[in-house]
Amino acid sequence: MATIAHEIPQVAPEEVNYLNVEHGWKSWLLTTDHKRIAMLYLFSITAMFFVGGLMAVLFRINLLQPEGIFSPETYNRLFSMHGIVMVFLFLVPSIPATLANFLIPIMVGAKDLAFPRVNLLSWYLYIAGAAFTLYAIVRGGVDTGWTFYAPYSSTYSNSYVLAAAMGIFIAGFSSILTGLNFIVTVHKMRAPGMTWGRLPLFVWSNYATGLIQVLGTPVLAITMLLLAFERIAHVGIFDPNIGGDPILFQHLFWFYSHPAVYIMILPGMGVISEIVSCFSKKRIFGYNFVAFSSMAIAVLSFVVWGHHMFVTGESVYTGLAFSFLSFMVAVPSAIKVFNWTATMYKGSISFDTPMLYVFGFIGLFTIGGLTGLHLATLATDVATHGTYFVVAHFHYVMVGGMVMAFLGGLHFWWPKMTGRLYPEGWSKFSALIIFIGFNLTFFPQFILGYLGMPRRYQSYPPEFQALNVLSSAGASILGIGYLIPMIYFVWSWKYGPKAGSNPWGAAGLEWQIQSPPTTFNFDETPIVKEEAYNYGKLEEILG
Amino acid sequence: MWASSFPFADLQLFPVAASKQATQIDQLYWFITAVSAVMTLLIFACLLAFAWKYRRRVQVESTQIEGSTKLELTWSILPFLVMLIMFAWGAQLFFAAQNPPKDAMEIFVTGKQWMWKVQYPNGGSEINALHVPVNQAVKLTMASEDVIHSFSIPVFRVRHDVMPGHYNSLWFTPTKPGHYHLFCTEYCGMEHSGMVGWVDVLNDRDYANWLAGGGTGTAGSLVEQGRSIFMQNGCSTCHLQDQQGRCPVLRGLYNKPVQLADGRTVIADDAYIRESILEPNAKIAAGFQPNIMPVYKGQLTEANVIQLIAYIRSLSPNEPASQQGDQQRPVVIAPTDANSSNSGTSR
Repeated sequence: MATIAHEIPQVAPEEVNYLNVEHGWKSWLLTTDHKRIAMLYLFSITAMFFVGGLMAVLFRINLLQPEGIFSPETYNRLFSMHGIVMVFLFLVPSIPATLANFLIPIMVGAKDLAFPRVNLLSWYLYIAGAAFTLYAIVRGGVDTGWTFYAPYSSTYSNSYVLAAAMGIFIAGFSSILTGLNFIVTVHKMRAPGMTWGRLPLFVWSNYATGLIQVLGTPVLAITMLLLAFERIAHVGIFDPNIGGDPILFQHLFWFYSHPAVYIMILPGMGVISEIVSCFSKKRIFGYNFVAFSSMAIAVLSFVVWGHHMFVTGESVYTGLAFSFLSFMVAVPSAIKVFNWTATMYKGSISFDTPMLYVFGFIGLFTIGGLTGLHLATLATDVATHGTYFVVAHFHYVMVGGMVMAFLGGLHFWWPKMTGRLYPEGWSKFSALIIFIGFNLTFFPQFILGYLGMPRRYQSYPPEFQALNVLSSAGASILGIGYLIPMIYFVWSWKYGPKAGSNPWGAAGLEWQIQSPPTTFNFDETPIVKEEAYNYGKLEEILG
Repeated sequence: MWASSFPFADLQLFPVAASKQATQIDQLYWFITAVSAVMTLLIFACLLAFAWKYRRRVQVESTQIEGSTKLELTWSILPFLVMLIMFAWGAQLFFAAQNPPKDAMEIFVTGKQWMWKVQYPNGGSEINALHVPVNQAVKLTMASEDVIHSFSIPVFRVRHDVMPGHYNSLWFTPTKPGHYHLFCTEYCGMEHSGMVGWVDVLNDRDYANWLAGGGTGTAGSLVEQGRSIFMQNGCSTCHLQDQQGRCPVLRGLYNKPVQLADGRTVIADDAYIRESILEPNAKIAAGFQPNIMPVYKGQLTEANVIQLIAYIRSLSPNEPASQQGDQQRPVVIAPTDANSSNSGTSR
């Protein structure tokens, strides 16, 4: 907890904050305030979430019937665009570009990120990347899957591969710049007394994520360029008919895309650490281990990509190495789950909405992570690769994990970011709907996968229909669950009760300033004298 | 809207195990699942217990606990040791899956958008169907004509990607007669979900009937089909009848080491022969520079190549059909080596 040089007065209704200090579209589109940029991103990624979600609703409708409903061409475009939009335009930026953008400067005691204008540039690059991708969708879509495997994508597909690849190429730079900004900010802009060992774990997680973004995304960029080159000029990089190697594409693609999945979970883990400590009124159990586990995940994430290729024809010894390393990367994730659970031990637990999302995350991420063991094991991967088992696994960790963490974080910091409270009854209700809808959608897919149902299938054998119907029913419930917060968050912006600076009684620099914060966050640079999550002392002070 | 019968009537929750490999893999699958279930239940139990016992009550404060290195090490090392068991067990089964028995029946599969062509040693072929006898090891050697496909038979728990420009193989020993699905499981374009078929595992009597019935249409054995292509495409001119030593002799070549013009030594296995037919400039045998063999890529399908390989193998009659060559001195095929090689193969 920080000791600030002088008292911050309690929130008054008409005080100046980052939202009302300036008006007009120029003040938003040319802003360099990290908080406004975070809001620009929040609006954009939410829009993309619903685009990607709509595609999922459509193809889950198709999967109600064994013979399908849409044509295969349409279906193939739907699942491809769903993956591309959800991975590159929603999950990768999600928490870093919104919550972390907003909070990291405040959490370290700074006025803004290290490079505010680069932050704005990062948003514009995201918009440009999204524009190319939306162009591809509107013109008829891509049908290669989000994985773009060659030679189908380089030589055979008749869809808008170039537009989509360029969209991803551009959006990748948005990700690199965000990561770079975070790394420099955490190194160079911590307030006096804010040592590495006192940083909130949310900062550690996003720092580790930034490292992956900066080191890994350039490989994606090069891969997309090579793919474009091959498609335009038929050089012979990936097409075996002209001397290329399709497996080269897979190595290049997964070298980024595996670390990318850790970009898509680490920030969520940081959110969970913040929420679980606040709503247990307890410091995180094993702070050092949780902080270092983020770094271990970032490092190990770069050496496991070959587990996507066990059955493609990589050498068995290569497979052996990647299998072993994949088991190693499971350990730091497990450490986090145990530490969060242990944090609740002898805590004082309240069940506000953010904490409900924490329970959901820990449960669903545990299941998703454990099914990763079936996939890391060579022999069982042979039986499950390319089936719905994989689809279920990654949705459990990315949706049951990351999206739940994102929603939890949104609910936790909404009062800080907007100065408003959302309706607690509706928020608890929608959390429950989301949990039920999610499990109904994805648990049957584990069963379908081991039965052998392949992924990316527009039609399937009739005996798989029952499980597919359950899954589609779940998807409709999940969709409703996601719509409800959209509605009440928008409602709360105007009509929600005003929030004070610390409605949850939480520790952390962000809760010591007004809600919403002023443009430069602090009137004076805070001086940090306590470690993070000092809930013991906080109770004395807050009474 | 529904399929012909109420969908839940067909509901299956676990696949049949119809091969030796399937039974073994299922054991490992259940081990991993059991460990996962125990871990999940433990965590859920703790969460529920703590949520109840430590729910917020006005008079009760939280206890600030920094951590416990002992606990951290325990719950890191113990799970990792259990995971090592999964790793080792999985690796062992995986290695076994790479090594088919010497007496495995070899069947060839070509994948192309969007169908599977299966070729049998007796020369028969089928589309999207595979007939195999029970209790007999079968090795599938596979290639793609176009994009990456993946051949999978869920009840056998086998799968391998099927690549263009490359042979891949898998093997299995079916143990239960039945009618089972085969699927393409690597997205390959429009009719990916149509690239499916049926595997029939037949008991001995039914298999004999199927062979006798000639249901697949035999036009001679695979070897005879290969010889016919060999003649029609002019291969015999150089490779069997030529007395001037313009090209490497094929008799006795299969699975022997070959010294190349660039100094490397390679084994004349299936992949080498395939490449030599489709891209003869890739590996030129020592003494045969510059290459005068025409390029057959685009003129022969993968199915034709399979037939040719069967014929060329038959020219080395004592070689087992394996991918591993024997360790021998390289046979340098020099231009002056005037082997008479035209017995029984005149046009």
